[in-house]
Amino acid sequence: MTSTVSLTVNGKAVSAEVEPRTLLVQLLREILGLTGTHVGCDTSQCGACVVHVNGTSLKSCTMLAVQAEGADVTTIEGLADGDTLHPMQQAFHENHGLQCGFCTPGMIMSAIDLAKRNPDPSEKEIREWLEGNLCRCTGYHNIVKSIKAGAQAMNA
Amino acid sequence: MSETGIGATVLRREDRRFISGRGNYVDDVNRPGQVYAHFVRSPHAHADVKSIDTTAAAAADGVVAVLTGADVAADGLGGLPVGWGITSQDGSPMIEPPWPIIAQDRVRYVGEAVAVVIAATRNQAKDAAELVAVDYNPLPAIISTQDSIKDGVPQVWDDAKHNICFDWGFGDADATNDAFAKASHVTTVDLVNQRLIPNAIEPRSSVADFDSSTGEMTLWCTSQGPHAVRLLLGAFVLQQPEHKFRVVSPDVGGGFGSKIYPYAEYATCCWAARRLGVPVKWTAERSESFLTDAHGRDHITKAELALDGDGRFLGLRVSTIANMGAYLSAFAPLIPTYLYATLFAGQYTTPAIFAEVKAVFTNTTPVDAYRGAGRPEATFMLERLIDAAAKEVGVDPVDIRRRNFIAPEAFPYQTPVALLYDSGNYGAALDKALELSDYAGFEARRKASEAAGKLRGIGISTPIEATGAAPSAIAGQLGARAGLYESAEIRFNATGNVTVFSGSHSHGQGHATSFAQVVSDKLGVPYENIEIVEGDTGRVQMGMGTFGSRSLSVGGSAIVKASEKIIEKGKKIAAHLLEASVDDIEFSGGNFAVKGTDKSVNIAEVAFTAYVPHNYPHFTGDPEADKNALEPGLDEQAFFDPLNFNFPYGAYVCEVEVDPDTGVTEVARFTAIDDVGNVINPMIVHGQIQGGVVQGIGQALLENGVYDQGSGQLLSGSYMDYTMPRADNVPNIDSDLTITPCPMNPLGVKGCGEMGTIGSPPAVINAIIDALSGYGVRHLDMPATPQRVWSAIREARPAA
Repeated sequence: MTSTVSLTVNGKAVSAEVEPRTLLVQLLREILGLTGTHVGCDTSQCGACVVHVNGTSLKSCTMLAVQAEGADVTTIEGLADGDTLHPMQQAFHENHGLQCGFCTPGMIMSAIDLAKRNPDPSEKEIREWLEGNLCRCTGYHNIVKSIKAGAQAMNA
Repeated sequence: MSETGIGATVLRREDRRFISGRGNYVDDVNRPGQVYAHFVRSPHAHADVKSIDTTAAAAADGVVAVLTGADVAADGLGGLPVGWGITSQDGSPMIEPPWPIIAQDRVRYVGEAVAVVIAATRNQAKDAAELVAVDYNPLPAIISTQDSIKDGVPQVWDDAKHNICFDWGFGDADATNDAFAKASHVTTVDLVNQRLIPNAIEPRSSVADFDSSTGEMTLWCTSQGPHAVRLLLGAFVLQQPEHKFRVVSPDVGGGFGSKIYPYAEYATCCWAARRLGVPVKWTAERSESFLTDAHGRDHITKAELALDGDGRFLGLRVSTIANMGAYLSAFAPLIPTYLYATLFAGQYTTPAIFAEVKAVFTNTTPVDAYRGAGRPEATFMLERLIDAAAKEVGVDPVDIRRRNFIAPEAFPYQTPVALLYDSGNYGAALDKALELSDYAGFEARRKASEAAGKLRGIGISTPIEATGAAPSAIAGQLGARAGLYESAEIRFNATGNVTVFSGSHSHGQGHATSFAQVVSDKLGVPYENIEIVEGDTGRVQMGMGTFGSRSLSVGGSAIVKASEKIIEKGKKIAAHLLEASVDDIEFSGGNFAVKGTDKSVNIAEVAFTAYVPHNYPHFTGDPEADKNALEPGLDEQAFFDPLNFNFPYGAYVCEVEVDPDTGVTEVARFTAIDDVGNVINPMIVHGQIQGGVVQGIGQALLENGVYDQGSGQLLSGSYMDYTMPRADNVPNIDSDLTITPCPMNPLGVKGCGEMGTIGSPPAVINAIIDALSGYGVRHLDMPATPQRVWSAIREARPAA
């Protein structure tokens, strides 16, 4: 049994046939082919799948696709304006905020939500905000630096 | 130094695709008509498989096939191979049990595959897997490393008596016993180096596609070295000829050792694709990763240090039980032997060392290399033992290390445990660490913490490791069943840009940037005109892959050798163009010039001439005239087999603050000084060290692979139970470098990828024990969780 879900993804109206159990991340990755959003665990712990739903960061493995009916979803692919990177993407690049890149989309999506709520977060605030995002490569040092710089650039 | 050459901080070129969501990881790879594999895994740690009924599963929606161990046997597939053999002290070879890709008759750990369901969608495969009925006869299991060798415990393998895989001895037992006989003090520690689960954030994945019209197999898989996967799976498991087997490792989301091995799931996808005629895809769920990715560490060790009256080390005696898990993973025997006991000299002049290692089988997930692999275990043992000795003989931990350091003028230094250290200045790194960490100011910070009701401690470790595996001949003598060189090809294209093919593999290390810096520096080609290609046996000539912090010192050196061959040929072409003798041609900054003249030609022009050879030293058929003749093209390949390992070292200082009421430990400051030789890209090196240090802090404070001792169930089998460091668990890491170039490779570099995980755990534990010293606490096992720290305080605190 499938049903149709219609939503906006990265500014484009889309609709798809999904099973009741299909997760939003599966809709994005497997049906819409937006493979920038990653799956790193099966317990909603790692944060590699964070996207924005109606402007708020959300783990797309914690939401059923049918729950996204009518929603406005932004993924990592929808951030840049043509060739111009979003300031948070640029900050991750300039501060070596990524190594293998697998956790990076979720980190960036999560960081943007923080910067919208808190234009000048402290190191402590950034570290606490990131408790839902795991990185195994960087030790977080440069991620924290990236987010600080990115938040400042976003709010400059 | 140019802005993009050796030594420059160049922002990474690979970032763009990762920050834009355009990475290409294996789970992003899809083939037309692909079907999905889902494995049925044993819920028992030890059981006979009496029967498997696949009828209902095979009839379920979308199911293409259900395959079992019987099918594996019927198709004559081989088992997973072991790449290193170890000989026991009595001269007998290690016990090497068979490891079929799907279990046959018996399962030996929770998570071992007993069947695979192949279906049109992931969900259909997963649903149908529920319908596979396996009748098990559960058997008693042995889980504990410590208990595995005791009489009367369950046996994992009949021919491994007392569960012993090998009982290895190393060093000079007599000289070591003599040293202990004349010691004025002996310090003994009993240590656990707990099981860790690597947890790259990208789960393992593979997609296999077989073309029956050509007999060619293509496998995309999450590998740190696709050529090794091709060789081992092709030759030993699948009988898929190497020349008709392409293995691609595109973007890989972290490895840390766990993605070195030729896993059963990859082989199963290939076999099923060949059998069924459709592409087959599998991606691990995290729960599966916990159960089936090779684990790390898991040692139990007794270590003794003999000292003279001045606190100088006379001898070291170490006895370790190392858990291999239920089967021998590809490099498992190497890790607790030649990657472990060879490091027992540390940075010190200890003249006599003897090690005994019993490797044991248990009903647990196989254990293999995990970031550092043997060297973290060696370093934790040694640096804890030294701190314990310092306390016992009343010498400051800094002083006792200085008293025993190998002096800078003593290099090359032959240790009593086989390694020949090439260079080092250990005191300089320690000086820098003490300065950067404001060691002198610690007492004031301790008092400030005390005033706030907290206990503050400071801990040091001065680690050394061996990277750049390996001189193939030596490795072969020690049991390696493969060569350990690396290869590179530098191909100039006709328009002057350059494609470099390397057998290394980057899964976070930034090769696309730093290798291009090397080539730009050596050949004078603009950085942006150089592309690095890795991770595809269909494009890259040969490779051993990335592990053991080898890529730059071995793979980078192969690139340097290939660039030297380019220059050598380029000189001959330039000599022809400039009408000069080859001996008069000099190469510098991308230009070939005639010595003492202003006549020169750029390497791009030389490349163009090589591919459009109108004016060229062609062969004529006249042997005399053909002495200087050349083939067209400018494309050179080189293999580099290192002369020796290289020996990165460092000095780490950790400061912790412990809440005595709760046992919660916070790493307040962490300073890491590393000497990794010359540096190509400082930004990348610091990133590697910071990340490694935090992984090491994870081992010291948080991470623990825990099994239920009776049932063999993995209790720490998810991110809710296995506590990886999160951003709010760790501080910023102050990292800096001293630079002592390695004399054994053309770049003067050493490995940097594992230093952090090697050096940091003992620094953290030494700091906590220092913080708790007022209570008389002398020992703490990792991970130093709040419960353990609190209990240690309670047990040591005099009753009120």
